[in-house]
Amino acid sequence: MSIQVQGVSKSFTAGGARHAALTDVDLDVAERELICILGPSGCGKSTLLNIVAGFLPPTSGRVLVDGRAISGPGADRGVVFQEYVLFPWLTVAGNVAFGLELKAVSSDERMRIVRHYLTLVGLNAHADKYPVQLSGGMKQRVAIARALANDPAIVLMDEPFGALDAQTREVLQDELSRIQSVEPKTILFVTHSIREAVYLADRVVVMTSAPGRIKQVVPIKLGETRDRFAAEFTQYESELTRLVKEEVAKVHE
Amino acid sequence: MIALLATLAGWAIVTYGNAALGVVNPVLLPTPGAVAAVLVDAIRDGSLLRHVLTSLVRVAEGFGLAALVALVAGLLAGICTPVRLLIEPVIEFVRPIPPLAFLPMFLVWFGLGETSKVAFIGYTTVFPMFVGIAASVLSVDVMLLRAAASLGARRRELIRRVVIPAALPEIIVALRVGFGLALFVIVGAEFMGADAGLGYLIMEGRTFFNPAQIVLGALVLGLLGSLVNWLLLAFERRIVPAQKGA
Repeated sequence: MSIQVQGVSKSFTAGGARHAALTDVDLDVAERELICILGPSGCGKSTLLNIVAGFLPPTSGRVLVDGRAISGPGADRGVVFQEYVLFPWLTVAGNVAFGLELKAVSSDERMRIVRHYLTLVGLNAHADKYPVQLSGGMKQRVAIARALANDPAIVLMDEPFGALDAQTREVLQDELSRIQSVEPKTILFVTHSIREAVYLADRVVVMTSAPGRIKQVVPIKLGETRDRFAAEFTQYESELTRLVKEEVAKVHE
Repeated sequence: MIALLATLAGWAIVTYGNAALGVVNPVLLPTPGAVAAVLVDAIRDGSLLRHVLTSLVRVAEGFGLAALVALVAGLLAGICTPVRLLIEPVIEFVRPIPPLAFLPMFLVWFGLGETSKVAFIGYTTVFPMFVGIAASVLSVDVMLLRAAASLGARRRELIRRVVIPAALPEIIVALRVGFGLALFVIVGAEFMGADAGLGYLIMEGRTFFNPAQIVLGALVLGLLGSLVNWLLLAFERRIVPAQKGA
């Protein structure tokens, strides 16, 4: 499925003052494309994701999924949150099965799918544990498995690896790009890590500081397997760093 | 456990000391022996069992009714804002009035029989339980609802599969508080116009000038309270699985 963000603006009213978070954002995401959204903190990149997820209505503009305007959250758009947001009363397997139970998938089929995705994220041995018993990295894997098991055409990821240490982060990035090569989805991935964006994205969208608008779209032409230490990789990194720095500097002016 | 034994020892020293030295009339300060004697009598003639059962049935009925009302109203108020705006001011108005102030009213309305006691317990416990349950529903993390909605859950499923399980630990706490309160106020309810029950046992001790019987009634109530609390905690641990510990 493709996503079209058309003229989306969003403003919030806080303490009587109107405050614009996003202005006039246009973005087309092709089917099976992985787009990273990069920008200084507070630039509205999470707001944009929340609007595409259907959690927040845009103040103006609209979001189309396969040509149809969205009106709220739905199973076609899976979400992976920064804070994992697992259901603490369900086991790992229960969390992954949540969406399948809503769809009334037969229990044999459900178990097969749950096992498949737990294997994909390397957590088969922990199926019967509760979220509190897991580390942050493991919780995030469960959250990814939960989103993927529901087979959404689109996955929205809001700084999913932001709370993790550097090692776990790279492991999960590897895992995500591996999964993406096996079962490609249309992915919108919000991050503030430039390295992460260059490593994962087909295209990187750089946002301006608040109110957020799209500053530049940078296609990353590095092929499927990426070497974080290759010269071209670092080149992209420094180019994006420069673009983001301009915006960060604006915030401090 | 040691503190408990020390309290018992302290009680024994004071009362037996008083009996030996005659500071006040020994009848006014019943010794553990005197209370034990009353206890044995009460067990032998079956009156203790009758009083305990009578009180427990009243508590169970009153609490059960109140829990049902509080659950339905609390869930509704927590989920549906208009309902909350309708119910909350009324409750906030009535809640600060000490329930005992209305006890005579219940006797006037429902007579001296069981109905007045059951209704009084229900009235006392329903508000705190309602408030606790509504608050627990309101405090359900919106992120959990978003996560479920993005997995395809609709309103009904959100309530059944997210709101209720997420609020359950706090709902059980609210019920436990309500049950404790029910045991608390049953005594007052049975002080007036009752012919059985632990409150009546205590009042009878006063009427027939038998302080040992008053102490016995109080001790039995304390014991029941701890027992019920312990049972409810065990129940809570069973229903709410490992999610909190570890």
